[in-house]
Amino acid sequence: MAETEKDVSMPTEKVPAKNLLRDVVDKVYAEAWEAKKRGEPIGWSSSKFPAEIAETLGLKVCYPENQAAAISAKHGGQRMCEYAESMGYDNDICGYARISLAYAAGAGGDERPMPQPDFMLCCNNICNCMTKWYENIARMHNIPLIMIDIPYNNTPEVNEENVAYIRAQFEEAIKQLEKISGRKFDEKKFEEVCANANRTARAWLKACSYCQHEPSPLSGFDLFNHMADVVTARCRKESAEAFEALAEEYEQSVKDGTSTWRYPENHRIMFEGIPCWPELQNLFRPLKEKGINTTAVVYAPAFGFVYNNMDEMMRAYCKAPNSVCLETGVQWREDICRENKVDGVLVHYNRSCKPWSGYMPEMERRFRKDLGVGVVGFDGDQADPRNFSNAQYITRVEGLYEIMESKKMGGPKSE
Amino acid sequence: MSDIFTMGIDVGSTASKCVIMKNGKEIIAKSLVDVGAGTSGPERAIQAVLAEAKLEMKDLAHIMSTGYGRHSMEDADSQMSELSCHARGAYFQFPNVKTIIDIGGQDAKVLRLDDDGMLVNFVMNDKCAAGTGRFLDVMARVLEVKIDDLESLAEQSTKDVTISSTCTVFAESEVISQLSRNTDKRDIIRGIHRAIASRVGALARRIGLVDDVVMTGGVARNGGVLKALEEELGHTIYTSELAQYNGALGAALFAYQKSK
Repeated sequence: MAETEKDVSMPTEKVPAKNLLRDVVDKVYAEAWEAKKRGEPIGWSSSKFPAEIAETLGLKVCYPENQAAAISAKHGGQRMCEYAESMGYDNDICGYARISLAYAAGAGGDERPMPQPDFMLCCNNICNCMTKWYENIARMHNIPLIMIDIPYNNTPEVNEENVAYIRAQFEEAIKQLEKISGRKFDEKKFEEVCANANRTARAWLKACSYCQHEPSPLSGFDLFNHMADVVTARCRKESAEAFEALAEEYEQSVKDGTSTWRYPENHRIMFEGIPCWPELQNLFRPLKEKGINTTAVVYAPAFGFVYNNMDEMMRAYCKAPNSVCLETGVQWREDICRENKVDGVLVHYNRSCKPWSGYMPEMERRFRKDLGVGVVGFDGDQADPRNFSNAQYITRVEGLYEIMESKKMGGPKSE
Repeated sequence: MSDIFTMGIDVGSTASKCVIMKNGKEIIAKSLVDVGAGTSGPERAIQAVLAEAKLEMKDLAHIMSTGYGRHSMEDADSQMSELSCHARGAYFQFPNVKTIIDIGGQDAKVLRLDDDGMLVNFVMNDKCAAGTGRFLDVMARVLEVKIDDLESLAEQSTKDVTISSTCTVFAESEVISQLSRNTDKRDIIRGIHRAIASRVGALARRIGLVDDVVMTGGVARNGGVLKALEEELGHTIYTSELAQYNGALGAALFAYQKSK
């Protein structure tokens, strides 16, 4: 009743979706700290481990990849990487892994603190470096490691054997986590959690799809900022609601002809790979100066997946940038490029992510051949600023711009 | 109708180059100062080229800067990346060019052009000096020879010596250990040229080699590297006296386009 009265007398201002999204992630970390204080076991989870299990069992989980991205975006990456290197970890190892290993060893990380783990949830669909990274932390803290192994998919389809193999591991993970939580797995709660996860994924994918509009009501770089929720809080109703609010805002922007991209949209590109978090401003600057809007990204929508039953769920967990074959990877990206109407592709050769960067030369060739767009690569790193050169990046972006401009003018004809 | 004079200035990492063109057709003056971005080089190169052309700044219809230090040139009316400028410069000199191998002071790049000389694709070295002019500078210093003598010394080589490291620091160590074994400097130099050819050749293969292949940039002055590249790639590679001015030439041509 009070709410109704309030609505009539003083209309409440809508909370911007970005605030809702930020609050959800803050809540994930705050709840983990509170649970730790209560003596509950805390998990560290890889970003594409089936979050539905821990959520159903009421276990609080933190996400080292999200933490590493946040620390590096706030310029703590080099300090943490160097700490890990002083422990003996090679600087060729993924920057996220080095930051996480350093944090687990007590290096501190005020940029995004989270409680130390009592168990590890590792799924190697996101990358295989994850396995050794998590094993190391499990050994460092002498805690259990729950592993779900996703075989690399050499074919576009996921075969039945793999579905059965993953399903069996899923069941085993439930048993292990029942022991850790001291609770029984509740199927009804599981259904609710899955429904939330699907709702979040649908809303996230819908928000991402607004990049298809010309001009786009957003920059793809916004998605890099918003994706923290789909990584850390996929199974929560609040995440779904926040993404639905975000999609509504984009819908309104399309109607109003407004955009978070406040520059001309001379060209539209796909940004391939994980962004260089410590260099977001440097990445963005030459793009805005040339009026190049990033209207397609690969990394952000990769975390949005919908399933209708257990088999589909197993298959969904097989689809991640580093666990699908080249043909699936090409199809996936080329569909995004066509739907989002890009005329160029900017490829991040990421020193931290060798599996992803390794197949990019062939992908580049395919993009040029199949899409006829300009494609340019630059060297960088998702977390370690020592592996990025701004001057080199600017020259490559200008080169891409000049290729796209000349294509716009009618040339170049062919390679 | 009065003549239109345009200037291209290529502010590289190790040298500043200027070209003044008349009506976008004729090179009337050029200058080169062996220091680049962040030094007095660009200004000295501008003064030198103006003196040679007997012109003043006010006579220039348009000045375009390119190269590593292009954005720091206050005198420039516009900027363009060295990629497009090299494409334009090479196409002006070699109308059949399809592939450009450009090796400058701190980067190596391979460019693909279409039939009209438009840039289609390019690859560049990563954040590493391997295969660049800097690599040669370091090796020349260790060998105590002048950079300009590398070509003639390599021609006198009689034995194959392999420098397998592409990393400048590791290659320097390899050269030092060859010297300590009394290996002939001339053989080492040819080995260094082949190491560059191998590194840059990999970039060129990645983009796909199509004739005619043209080499530009300061390192093209070293015929030993050019010869090693020809052997490595199995293609004839053309170059010209203007190889090091090629970026500035392209900028002067674009400047003419802008002036109209």
